[in-house]
Amino acid sequence: MMYTADVLKAFAAHRGDSIVISGRGGRHWVEISETPMDVPLGDPAMGGHSGFGLGLALAQPNKRVVLFDSEGDILMSLGQLATIAEQAPANFYHFILDNEVYATTGGQPVPNSKNVDYAAIARGAGYPRAFNFAEIDAFTGALPGILREPGPVFVALKVHPEVENTPIGQRVRWRKRSADKVVQDLRGALGV
Amino acid sequence: MNDAASAALSPETVMRQMKQNGVTDIVWLPDSETNWLFLLMKSDPDLRLVGVTREGHACSITAGLYAGGRKPMMLIQNTGMMESGDSIRGWLMGLNVPVVLMVGYRGYTRHGVNTDTAATYTERFLMAFDIPFYLIENDSDSDRITVAFKEAERRKKPVVVLVGDEYHGFNR
Repeated sequence: MMYTADVLKAFAAHRGDSIVISGRGGRHWVEISETPMDVPLGDPAMGGHSGFGLGLALAQPNKRVVLFDSEGDILMSLGQLATIAEQAPANFYHFILDNEVYATTGGQPVPNSKNVDYAAIARGAGYPRAFNFAEIDAFTGALPGILREPGPVFVALKVHPEVENTPIGQRVRWRKRSADKVVQDLRGALGV
Repeated sequence: MNDAASAALSPETVMRQMKQNGVTDIVWLPDSETNWLFLLMKSDPDLRLVGVTREGHACSITAGLYAGGRKPMMLIQNTGMMESGDSIRGWLMGLNVPVVLMVGYRGYTRHGVNTDTAATYTERFLMAFDIPFYLIENDSDSDRITVAFKEAERRKKPVVVLVGDEYHGFNR
């Protein structure tokens, strides 16, 4: 198992000019980078980050679009994988942070969490390249090569759960910008 | 032209409205009787079709396309629209996405008496979400599509065009 913060630090070294949708890694990524090309949306509606990443990748084919999704989101929207594979954006890098639980609701287990092979599901949906990693050294070593591959690429990462168990209203807000402002800033930076 | 044909909304008219309003991408799930429109859209080299497997997925894809500078439009059925409630809320309304959703009005009968709960709850759903909507039933109503685009842009929110009678006449 890896720590999400370590995964994101490893990625940051290779980020280049990628658009980063920090998804379920948002609370850590805002401490690493917070520019208009960073897209911390929080959780607009669960299961949708992969679709947002696809749309953005299709709209900006000359930019690498990197998404940090989760296994709970993927399971909620398995059909998105087929849509992504059909559209086949060569600039889309789809990472999932698999902590085996619903961390934001107190850590209840995701169904069959220890036995699902998400990379196999992605390959079955038509992703040409899909990987699993559970150790940070192996992930860090493979990352530059993965980012050189044409997308869509799927990378499942086993991470330790960071469970939140306080009432939502009492949690510390990590986002520095509202979600609609994030989109507005990105559009401004892209000149669209 | 018989009465049925004159009453129909033609797929060519819908396509013309899409082009007139600068639509670049159609995010869609097949509705009843839309195959002719599908063939028309597919043959247009300037229009990208993104097929989804569940209507809620269309909302986040649409939001991503908009964030990246495209002008997407959604094409779904009322049943799928209702299933997509949370995605409409979070990905379209929450991110201020100015998009037009063309929604097949399954069960619509014009006279208010219907046997299909898909129709019963469609307008109530839209009112509950405070989403403006326009009904079109034939070619002479089609300018309302442009009205919907203008309203979506002005409000920076989704606007729905309900297609009454579910595209009857679209199969050829």
